[in-house]
Amino acid sequence: MQISFTLNGRPTTVEAAPATLVSELLREQLHLTGTHIGCDTSQCGACVVHLDGLPVKSCTLLAPALDGATLLTIEGLQGAPGSNQMHPMQEAFREHHGLQCGFCTPGMLMTAVALAAEKPDLTEADVRHGLEGNICRCTGYQNIVVSVMAGAAAMNAAKGE
Amino acid sequence: MSNVIGIGASPKRKEDQRFLTGRGNYVSDIKRPGLTAGVFVRSPHGHAILRGIDKSAALASPGVIAVLTGDDVKADGLGGLPCGWGISDAKGVPMKEPPFPMLAQGKVRFVGDMVAFVIAETPEQADTAAELLAVDYEVLPSVVGVLEAVRPGAPQLFDDVPNNICCDWELGDKAAVEAAFKKAAHVAKLSLVNNRLIGNPMEPRAAIAEYEPGTDRFTLWTTSQFPHVVRFLMGALVLNIPQHKLRVVAPDVGGGFGVKQFHYGEEAVITWAAKRVKRPIKWVASRSEGYVSDRHGRDHVTEAELALDETGKFLAFRVNTLANMGGYLSTFGPNIPTNLYAPLLGGVYTTPAIYCNVKVVFTNTVPVDAYRGAGRPEATFVLERMVDVAASEMGIDRVEIRRRNMIPKEAYPYQTPVLVQYDSGDPMGCLDGALVAADVKNFGIRKAASASKGKFRGLGYSTYVEACGLAPSRFAGRLGARGGLYESATVRVHPTGQVTVMIGTHNHGQGHETTFAQIVSEKLGVAFENVDIVFGDTDRVQFGMGTYGSRSLVVGGAALSKATDKVIAKGKKIAAHLLEAAEVDIQFEAGKFAVAGTDRVKSFEEIAGAAYVPHNYPLEVLEPGLEEQAYYDPVNFTYPGGCHIAEVEVDPETGTVTLVNYTAVDDVGTVINPMIVEGQLHGGIVQGVGQALFENAVYDEGSGQLLSGSLMDYCMPRADHMPMMKVATHSTLCTHTPMGVKGCGEVGTIGSPAAVINAVVDALSHLGVTHVDMPATPNRIWRLLQNASLPVAAE
Repeated sequence: MQISFTLNGRPTTVEAAPATLVSELLREQLHLTGTHIGCDTSQCGACVVHLDGLPVKSCTLLAPALDGATLLTIEGLQGAPGSNQMHPMQEAFREHHGLQCGFCTPGMLMTAVALAAEKPDLTEADVRHGLEGNICRCTGYQNIVVSVMAGAAAMNAAKGE
Repeated sequence: MSNVIGIGASPKRKEDQRFLTGRGNYVSDIKRPGLTAGVFVRSPHGHAILRGIDKSAALASPGVIAVLTGDDVKADGLGGLPCGWGISDAKGVPMKEPPFPMLAQGKVRFVGDMVAFVIAETPEQADTAAELLAVDYEVLPSVVGVLEAVRPGAPQLFDDVPNNICCDWELGDKAAVEAAFKKAAHVAKLSLVNNRLIGNPMEPRAAIAEYEPGTDRFTLWTTSQFPHVVRFLMGALVLNIPQHKLRVVAPDVGGGFGVKQFHYGEEAVITWAAKRVKRPIKWVASRSEGYVSDRHGRDHVTEAELALDETGKFLAFRVNTLANMGGYLSTFGPNIPTNLYAPLLGGVYTTPAIYCNVKVVFTNTVPVDAYRGAGRPEATFVLERMVDVAASEMGIDRVEIRRRNMIPKEAYPYQTPVLVQYDSGDPMGCLDGALVAADVKNFGIRKAASASKGKFRGLGYSTYVEACGLAPSRFAGRLGARGGLYESATVRVHPTGQVTVMIGTHNHGQGHETTFAQIVSEKLGVAFENVDIVFGDTDRVQFGMGTYGSRSLVVGGAALSKATDKVIAKGKKIAAHLLEAAEVDIQFEAGKFAVAGTDRVKSFEEIAGAAYVPHNYPLEVLEPGLEEQAYYDPVNFTYPGGCHIAEVEVDPETGTVTLVNYTAVDDVGTVINPMIVEGQLHGGIVQGVGQALFENAVYDEGSGQLLSGSLMDYCMPRADHMPMMKVATHSTLCTHTPMGVKGCGEVGTIGSPAAVINAVVDALSHLGVTHVDMPATPNRIWRLLQNASLPVAAE
């Protein structure tokens, strides 16, 4: 079937079988391999993308759900439009060593951006709870939590400007 | 030179840009023209005779290209998977080493054992065909636990391995230990289980294989921590492919932790199949598939006894362990519960006599091999639990008994009675630092506050040492290693002075691209951004043993350091010629070659340029070019160690253990990048906490089914399980590595399980609890509290 949606700011139309998972569509058909697949039970969170601004695990979403929607993947995450810079959350992860092997990172970032957008005054407990659906095996989460707090603060600061 | 970022600095990581923007290059991201999909058919039974396989329905399924089985492997005359270590018993009798066929032949021995490989145009078609493969199994009883496997009458995995015992191994002076026990004022005893773990790197294993008929060359892209070792083992010992005709690439790899440091059957099968079907093939494991095929870790049952004099001094330590090997010997399998375990039973103490017996046992489970720490967490857990038990029984404070037995700083180098000689360390310094950092003196106040809420609070210590930087080849060879354990590095200086390093270690999260660049930047005075590190490709990197055993900086970094020294030495010769001075008068500092005591100077870039444009150059005595290579084989292991202090709160109503504080003071030698070291400590600690509180691979006895076969059943640590940890370093320098480094990849996993469980036992000690097996889940603790038959209310 034909599915039309906005992908990382660009109108996109694809032909896909209705049973295609969004994670597969992105990786195999659209060559956007930043969205990772780390499990088969929707536990790991490596595949989180934003569907109409909300974080979703793309491995549990079928392609037809995209029709008419707006999808943002890690490849579309960026700083202020036209700035050619990384998103403040990406900068924060780099600054605070919030990643090691990088495999969970795209999902962590997408979840973190949504968390920060939803609640401007995030506490450490909020962040830890909010990352419950994202597993990282490398970092022990500590620097991820620090990164998300810093990234959220930077997002708030940018909003205030 | 501008922007030199050297040793001790924490530049942001070079590798982060691609990972943060979704532009990493993992195996599953790679596409090849004409790519086909491969799926493995795996045994659903723990133990069965393979009576026959009917391929016809699978072959007739749409899109199917080939279906390969053990019979096809046999028909091609191919070998099984080799084991990299051969251990022997006390009499010198070699371990039993049954064949490990790349696809099962005659029998299957664990759930997940590979039976067939189906290749089709798409993954969906391969999956469908795999379902249609008719495999005739005669199911046999399975045995999954080590205690059960060695009992008379237990199911036997191999006809020629009586009682399923692969090797009855020992280390230490048994007679001296027995004599010491006779003199002991007190003997403390402990029985414990070291729970079976599944490594779970976030990237599942994957491989792509391709054969080029025009050049008769194979390329294998694989999620590996050691591509050169895969090339050697698979090419030379399994598939008979000459080394120069085989390229193995391990690009970005999403975590390893040991799970990806073995040569797996999937790699051999897919490479072999790629030539048969003359198309590239891709296989990507699902997480569930990983659970039944990634090598597992730990799984020991141990009885330990400590002999003490009346003052609490350790006289002798005796340990008997049954170690689970699973259904076959994996690459490092038999080495882990023996050579990487027993030599660490001395810990940081002066125990004069130690004896350890390990029975290495086959069972109907996934093969067991190295998982972060590998043998050393098991040893540390036995010893550090034992110390607490002895202290409690003798009424000696747990910190005091440690102090009374600790090796003093001035006693290093210290020869233990179990092979290893520690070159440097300061366990007392780490302990003192950790006691302050953990605010132990106010623990009583915190405990009272917990009690007022009806919670039990406990504090646990682990003062530990490990052996890493694997490994001195000669020493390893004596212990049964069938390969070397050196490392290699090439430093290629380009005509413009930028540097590319080819190194045999593999970066899969450890930040090598950054740390190694810092070493080069500092030593050559080259800007940090002008150094790139290449790894993970046997066509680009000369050779290497890969990354495991906290060896990359220790052994690979040493090779890199040596290679840069050679670059400097050659640069001095070139500079001496250009500056018309004697070579001995040339000094190299901060990226400049100068004639001592003069202002005559050539920059590093000028020397590099001269090396590649040798118009004015001593060609009679010196080759053009500026590229040097070094191999480094360490003279000893390195011995990182430290003190970990865990603080837990137990809710007696639910049995839930909450880790409320965690402090680690570790001695990892010279720290090149403090930010990266801290990250390694954090990650390691949480994996150890995972073992202590959450993770457990559980098999059903009899059927051999893995009950904890998904992320829904196997509890991984999450962000909300952890408090903010306090980590610090208290370093003594390694005396035999070029930069004094000791390695930091595994310390967290080694030190932490004992600290956490000691804290849990401390929290419950007033109820008469003396030991808790891992993982200390709410269910286990709640049952323990019910059985304690004491009022569950707080004091």
